[in-house]
Amino acid sequence: MGNLLEINNVIKRYGDYTALNDVSMHIPKGSVFGLLGPNGAGKTSLIRIINQITMPDSGEVILDGEKLAPNHIEQIGYLPEERGLYKSMKVGEQALYLAQLKGMSKSEARKKLKYWFEKFEIGDWWNKKIEELSKGMAQKVQFIVTVLHQPKLLIFDEPFSGFDPINAQLIAKEILQLRDEGATIIFSTHRMESVEEMCDYIALINKSNKILDGKLEDIKRQYRTNVFEIGLETNNPKEIKERLSQNFEVSPANFRSLNDGLKLNVKLTNNNSANDLLSFLTSNGNVNHFVELVPSANDIFIQTVNKTN
Amino acid sequence: MDKLKLIIQREFIAKVKNRSFIIMTFLSPLIMIGMGFLIMFLTKQNDNKIKEIAYVDNSGIFSKSDFKDTKTIKYVEYTKLGLEETKKKVEEGKYYGVLHLPKIDSLESLAKSVEFFSKDTPGLSTMNNVEKNINSKLSSLKMKQLGINEDKIKSSKIRTDIKLLNFSGEKSSKLASGAKVIVGSIAGYLLMIFVMVYGQSVMQSVIEEKTSRIIEVIVSSVKPFQLMLGKIVGNASAGLLQFFIWGILLFVGVIVGAMFLGIDSSELFSQDMNPEQMAQMEAALGDKAKMFVELGKLPWLTMFFLFIFYFLAGYMLYSSLYAAVGAAVDNQTDSQQFMMPIMMPLMLAIYVGAFTVVNDAHGPVSVFFSHFPLTSPIVMLMRVPFGVAWWEILVSMLLLVATFAGVVWIAAKIYRVGILMYGKKPTYKDLWKWIRYSS
Repeated sequence: MGNLLEINNVIKRYGDYTALNDVSMHIPKGSVFGLLGPNGAGKTSLIRIINQITMPDSGEVILDGEKLAPNHIEQIGYLPEERGLYKSMKVGEQALYLAQLKGMSKSEARKKLKYWFEKFEIGDWWNKKIEELSKGMAQKVQFIVTVLHQPKLLIFDEPFSGFDPINAQLIAKEILQLRDEGATIIFSTHRMESVEEMCDYIALINKSNKILDGKLEDIKRQYRTNVFEIGLETNNPKEIKERLSQNFEVSPANFRSLNDGLKLNVKLTNNNSANDLLSFLTSNGNVNHFVELVPSANDIFIQTVNKTN
Repeated sequence: MDKLKLIIQREFIAKVKNRSFIIMTFLSPLIMIGMGFLIMFLTKQNDNKIKEIAYVDNSGIFSKSDFKDTKTIKYVEYTKLGLEETKKKVEEGKYYGVLHLPKIDSLESLAKSVEFFSKDTPGLSTMNNVEKNINSKLSSLKMKQLGINEDKIKSSKIRTDIKLLNFSGEKSSKLASGAKVIVGSIAGYLLMIFVMVYGQSVMQSVIEEKTSRIIEVIVSSVKPFQLMLGKIVGNASAGLLQFFIWGILLFVGVIVGAMFLGIDSSELFSQDMNPEQMAQMEAALGDKAKMFVELGKLPWLTMFFLFIFYFLAGYMLYSSLYAAVGAAVDNQTDSQQFMMPIMMPLMLAIYVGAFTVVNDAHGPVSVFFSHFPLTSPIVMLMRVPFGVAWWEILVSMLLLVATFAGVVWIAAKIYRVGILMYGKKPTYKDLWKWIRYSS
């Protein structure tokens, strides 16, 4: 599978300030691509360039094999972080207007809107004004408007803000389904647990530079520490701990468990395998917890950003 | 292009559907007329109370017939009662005031010793009336003293009424001159108000898009310039619609007014009217009708098209500035500091119009400001009723269009950057920086 979007050596300056410094990244077709970074790192600048709201000073953006051009606007759906709708306009009218701005015909837009309004069970909002809706309700309308024209590329900037957990889950499910139907998704957020849940690939931007990118699994493998959380029911924990320290690096653990007993973080060393550790443990008590400590997206984020600061 | 049409449509509908638009369009002419009547009514009420003035004539040279009663002033003689007693009556509130004419032989000294006692300071018109009565009596006595025949003096007075003509042979009059000032001023004021009201509404609409945060959604679909242009054109269409509605209302109003005064409306709008008819009408109706006739002779069609042109061009020029200001700020209050430079040329235009065009429509100041693009829409409109050469109008139009293009270009740059900027209130330095940003 090729790349839907290729960003090559993009530089963007605002006066003396450099917002993007030679940033490149490739976004594979049909993936959810997490665009991460601290506030002010340059994520929004990059997203605005992809949306052709601003132009890069140098570098190029390739969408599906073609250099980005005005006619691509219709193939992109964008849900900005700073979003809203005309307050005094009616829901239906407004959705039709925004869909038409994305190049849909009125009748087509009406048909698709009907489908989505039924799906989200909001059919009776059609003639309501936005100002009569709650924030979450307006967000639903906004989500529909973003995806309505079935774009190849969808860009979601903090899509879950303003949603309660139930609706957030509904939206997450819809996003993943859109991916399964062939859309490519750029997903920008500060909520790392949703990165874990949704992203296939991530890129990390800090201070205008890309500092990390790749498949989430690969990155996690890179950041792997070979530390295991173990829980063991034993009569002489002190002795076990001492014996463990001879072959492994042992440190106190910090996890919750319903069982009592010895809780430790154990790091594999000297070519020991996980099996060696497990067999040692099973021969010395009842193992009730054995998990590899895989670095979370959150850990990777904090580590990498701190390293480059 | 399709998207621009969509935006124009949305902006137009959003504006026209707005309750304030409907109220402004249909209610404000009524309110204006109502205000006119109210002012007339109040002035009448104010003058309606008859002021009774008691006079004590110790000089003995005045008679009752020298003090002519008017609609608002009535004179009562109280010479026999004496000054002090009469004053008391005024203090009791029975009379408005006491006029005291002391016993002095010399007419000149008498003229300087007349006194008037009243509780309130009398109004100018009241005093004028009193003085006029005394003047005419004293003058006529003086003439007799000097042995001058008063009747001869009266019959020697000649009133000059200069007939104004221009070289195309059109007859004109001072009355027509007045009509031109009025029509020109109304057109100028109307244009200023339109530019300000609709410019503000463009600004408001830009601010609304910013505060509702829909702007980023929109600019991911259309170019900021398209959005700005669509907004300006959409609002202008609403403005034209309002103007046409007012035009129709005014037309109906004039017809009704003419019927009320008894003028055949078909004659009112015909350019040539034979002198006989005119004389007849003048005799029958006096000045009011003459005014109507003079109004009918103005180049209405030219003025109409020029009004539309200057309105559109002037409005485009200013509303793009308003749009830029709206984009630069986050809320209405922050816009104040940037409004001043926009309002100033408009105000200047009105002042120039009111003070120089009225006195000399073709003087150097009037000519300059009717070509200077920021003031030309208003000042030129004020000059047009006085007759302006076609090439002058053409030059002024070209200058305006060229400036308009330049201003829109700059405004679009500020707009493009400003709409996506939140938080900090920008300074003029920031705006300058934005203009120089690449896209």
